[in-house]
Formats: sequence, C-alpha cells, structure tokens
Amino acid sequence: MSADPHHAADAHHEIEMPHASMRDYAIGFILSVILTAIPFWLVMERPFSAGATAAIIMGFAAVQIVVHMVYFLHMTPKAEGGWSMTSLIFTIIVVVIMLAGSLWVMHHLNTNMMPMPHDPSQLP
Amino acid sequence: MSATTITTAPTTIDEPVRFYDLDEHAHPEGHSTMLGFWIYLMSDCLIFAILFACYAVLGGNYAAGPAPKDLFDLKLIALNTAMLLFSSITYGFAVLQMQQGRVKGTQLWLAITGLFGLGFLGIELYEFHHLIELGATPQRSAFLSAFFTLVGTHGLHVTFGIVWLVTLMVQLGKHGLVAANRRRVMCLSMFWHFLDVIWIGVFTIVYLMGVLR
Repeated sequence: MSADPHHAADAHHEIEMPHASMRDYAIGFILSVILTAIPFWLVMERPFSAGATAAIIMGFAAVQIVVHMVYFLHMTPKAEGGWSMTSLIFTIIVVVIMLAGSLWVMHHLNTNMMPMPHDPSQLP
Repeated sequence: MSATTITTAPTTIDEPVRFYDLDEHAHPEGHSTMLGFWIYLMSDCLIFAILFACYAVLGGNYAAGPAPKDLFDLKLIALNTAMLLFSSITYGFAVLQMQQGRVKGTQLWLAITGLFGLGFLGIELYEFHHLIELGATPQRSAFLSAFFTLVGTHGLHVTFGIVWLVTLMVQLGKHGLVAANRRRVMCLSMFWHFLDVIWIGVFTIVYLMGVLR
C-alpha cells in the first residue's frame, strides 16, 4: 500500500477563492453598459433592417455574456483545477443541442402541418 | 467520526519524519463549496435553457392576441436592465470590501445591491401588473404563457437572491467575516452575477427581438 507523503499543514490551508479587483469590476461594468446600450439604441432607433439588427444584437448578447463570465464571475480555465470550465463547456454543449434541436424540430413540425382555417367551424 | 490512523515510519537522524495517512485524510471545511455551487448554477442554467427553448418555439403564437410590439415598453426594460447592472457592480464593491476585511462596508454595499434588486423587482411587478390589466394574462396565448414563465422564473430567482442577501447581512453582523461567511458572500456573488447573465438573454431574446418581430 502506498500513500503520498502528506503534510498535515495542507488541511489548514485557506480555501481557494477567486481574487477580485476593482480594475476587473470597472472594466466589466463599462463594457456591459456599452454592450447593453448599443442593442437598445439599435432597436429603438432602427438604423438597420430588422434582420441585420437581430443578428447584431444577438452578437452583442454573446459578447456581453463572455464579459460577465470573465470580469464578474472570474471565470478562468484554471479556476477550481479546470473543473469550472469543464462543467461550463458541458453545459454550453447541452444547451446548444437542446435549443437548436427544439427550434429545428418545431420549425419542421410547423411547416409540415396542414394549413388550418382561422374559423374552426369551417373544418371539413 | 473515527480517529485518523497515522503510522510513523522508523526515523533516522538524516531522514525527516514521515507520516503515512492510512485513512481518508480530512478536507478543509467548504473546500468544494465553490465548485459545487458552480455546478448548481450550471443546472439552473439548464432550467433557463428549457424556458428559453419554450419561448423560442411558442413566442410567435399570439392566438390573435397582443404581440410583443403592442405590449413591451423598451424604456422601462432599459431602466430595469440598468437596475440589474448597477446591482452587479455594487455587489462587486461588497466583495472588494470583504477582501479588505471590512464588515460594515460589505454590509453597506450588500444593502445597496439589495435596494437595486428591489427596484428591479418593483419595475418587473409593475410591468406584469400593467400587462395583466391590459388583458395580456398568461392564459391569453402561448406567447404570453411562455413569456410569464421565463421572465417570472428569473424574477423568482432575484427574489430568493434578495432573501439570501438579507440573511447574509444578518450573518455578517452576528459572526463577522469568518471563513464560512466569506464563502457565502462568494457564492451569492456567483448567484447574483449569474442572474445578470440570464437577464442578458431575457432582454435580448424576449424584449429586443420581440419588438423587432
């Protein structure tokens, strides 16, 4: 039976916590304000077509989510020995499959449905 | 709990004393709390993903009722978003105060965060009240059912976040910045910022995309 040499002092170490700094919060906040204000302005003022606006605001949302993850949630690949990042990636994969799958299936279901009259009493 | 069995290897003068830990060695209390809480947040993320999927599928089924364009007031939503964003940075200040070991400062910034949270909830409840008065109740159409479920679930999370925040302020007042309380502040920090991340999805997909449709 082998055991690693284990120092009793290890058990009394401070629990590892992400270190936050004013700089991180300030950068995160300023970026979030910009990334929130632009989509609201685009939708309220409509300088672009609806389709382009939709694509742009989705892009801004994705970037803002990353900003929040990095500057507010202190997400790094190294956090918790990499397990935070692993569980995040797993969750993102599941969410993407779920969202894309649901939309895809339901879209096809809708397009393959028999056209219905607005008044149900006129059904054959 | 059984006592830890420690066998001491025979020692000579040159060799340092070595301990062999035969039992499972003790982990410091709460060493896995942060990761565990993160995994809880990921599971919460899945709940929201399901509700977003529902909204994405049902969001166009108005049943000849009101559409997002008729219902949503973007200025109100912008104000609501600002509330949540300000509460995020003030929570950040609370964490910074905690890192400097100031109990009063931590409590003060937590209280300010709570006020922004209450402001957010107040505006959301006003919006819901306004919609229901217009007849846009959750029963009106699939779009409105999905809308109230998604946005309401987020609001419920914020409500519980505020309950936790108040509890934490009392705990901080009683025990100060002990290790357990520092851990709790960091867990609530993750919860609070996570809710802000979900809100990004809500205001983009529900409100902004809804008005664009």
